[in-house]
Amino acid sequence: MGNAFVISQSDKRPIYLQIMEQIRQRVAVGDWTEGQAIPSIRQLAVDLQVSVITVKRAYLELERDGVIVTQQGRGSRVASNPGLGMRLQQQELEEHLEQALRLADMLGIRHKDLEARLRETGERRMEKEGEQV
Amino acid sequence: MNDLAIELKGVSKRYPYFALDNIHLEVPRGQIMGLIGPNGAGKSTTIRILLGLVRQERGEVRVLGHRMPSEQVAAKWDIGFASDDMGLYEGMTLAWHMNFVRSIYPNWDAPYAQLLLKRFGLRAEQKIKGLSHGQRVKSTLLLVLARRPRLLVLDEPTTGLDPVARHEVLRELTAVMTDEGRSVLFSSHNTQDVEQISDRITFIDRGRIIDSLDKEAYLDRWRRLRLELLPGAVLPFLPGIIGIRQEGRLAVATANAFAADMANAYESAGVRVKSVEAMTLEEIFVANVERSREEVEV
Repeated sequence: MGNAFVISQSDKRPIYLQIMEQIRQRVAVGDWTEGQAIPSIRQLAVDLQVSVITVKRAYLELERDGVIVTQQGRGSRVASNPGLGMRLQQQELEEHLEQALRLADMLGIRHKDLEARLRETGERRMEKEGEQV
Repeated sequence: MNDLAIELKGVSKRYPYFALDNIHLEVPRGQIMGLIGPNGAGKSTTIRILLGLVRQERGEVRVLGHRMPSEQVAAKWDIGFASDDMGLYEGMTLAWHMNFVRSIYPNWDAPYAQLLLKRFGLRAEQKIKGLSHGQRVKSTLLLVLARRPRLLVLDEPTTGLDPVARHEVLRELTAVMTDEGRSVLFSSHNTQDVEQISDRITFIDRGRIIDSLDKEAYLDRWRRLRLELLPGAVLPFLPGIIGIRQEGRLAVATANAFAADMANAYESAGVRVKSVEAMTLEEIFVANVERSREEVEV
C-alpha cells in the first residue's frame, strides 16, 4: 500500500495538525471507511518519520473529535458514525471561514463588509454559471 | 526495572572554564529524547557522563538500570554510542570494522547491516582513509545501529550529512521506535531534526538544563502574538510573556507560558490581539538562549 501521507516543512502548522488533517481527508473522501482499522500510533510515526508523541497527540484529538476510536491493546479504527464524512467537510468549511475572518481582521475589514463580499462572490459565480448555460 | 532508560539526579561536574550544574534528566523507555543547546552548553559532557566516560563529582546516574560509572562494563552491551570523533582504523575497510564489531557483540544483525550499507550508499570493501566526512559518520552509525542496542546515544548524528543522508539517518532512528523497549538520546544543532523525531526535548545552556519536557507540551507553551495598541493604550505586563518588541502602535510579544486568557487580558488593556502564531523549535531555541543570556548579565 502506498503511503501518501506527506508532512510539509513549509506548512506553518504543527505536525500533529497536519496529520489530523490528512486523516480527516481520508475519512471524508471515503478511502478510510467506518470501523476500518488504521495504522497504530507507532507504525504511523515510523512511516512518517516523526515522533510517537506527535502521532499520539493527533490520534487523541481525533478521538476527542469523534473521528477515530482507540482501544487499549486493540489499535485504532475509524469511528462508526453515520454522516461522519459530511461532518468532516462541515468542519473543513468552518476552518476556512475562520481563516477568512482572521485575514479580514488583519486587513482591518469589518465583519459586515466581509459578509457583503461573500455575497458578491456568490453572485459573481451565479452570473458566470448563467453564462455557461 | 523501572521505566526509565536514563536517569540523572543532581549531577555536577566542574572544569576550569565550565561547570555542569545540578543536572536532572529522565529519558523514559521507548522514547526519543532530543538534546539541544548552543555550542559549549554541556551536551557532550552530559552524554559522556551518562556513558560513564567521564565521572561526575556529585549526583547519581543510572542507565538501563545500571549505576554509572561503576557498572559501565555491564551497561555497555546494551548501549550504542556514536559521535563525530569515534576512532575508526584508517587503514582498515568498513567490512573489517563490521566483522570486528560482530565478533564482540552477539546481537549483531548481519542482514540489517547489509540493508544499511545499501541505504547509506556505503561500500564495505572501502578503506576508512578514503571516506568523506559524511561517509565516516554513516559508517559509525551503521556499526552502532546493526548491534540493535536497547539504548542509542548519538552525539550530533546528522551534522555534516547531505540532505539525502540526513533523511536516511532520521528514518533509521525513527524505525528503532517500532520496538517499544528501545530508546534514543541524541544531541543536535539541527532543530528541525529534533522537532521532527523527538518525543521529549531537553534544552541545555551554560551547563544548566533550562527545560526538559514532552515535545508537544513544549511547543504548545510558546507562541508569538501580534498586537495592535489602540490610541493611548499602554502594553500591560503579563506573566508568561518573555519578550516584547514594539514600534509605534504595533507590537510582537513572545510567550513561553502561553494561556488562552492572555488575549482577554490584552483586550481589556486596549490592546488588540491580531494573531497568535505557533513557533518553530528554531525560533524557540533562539528566544530561549537570548533570554537566558540576559538573565545571566543582569
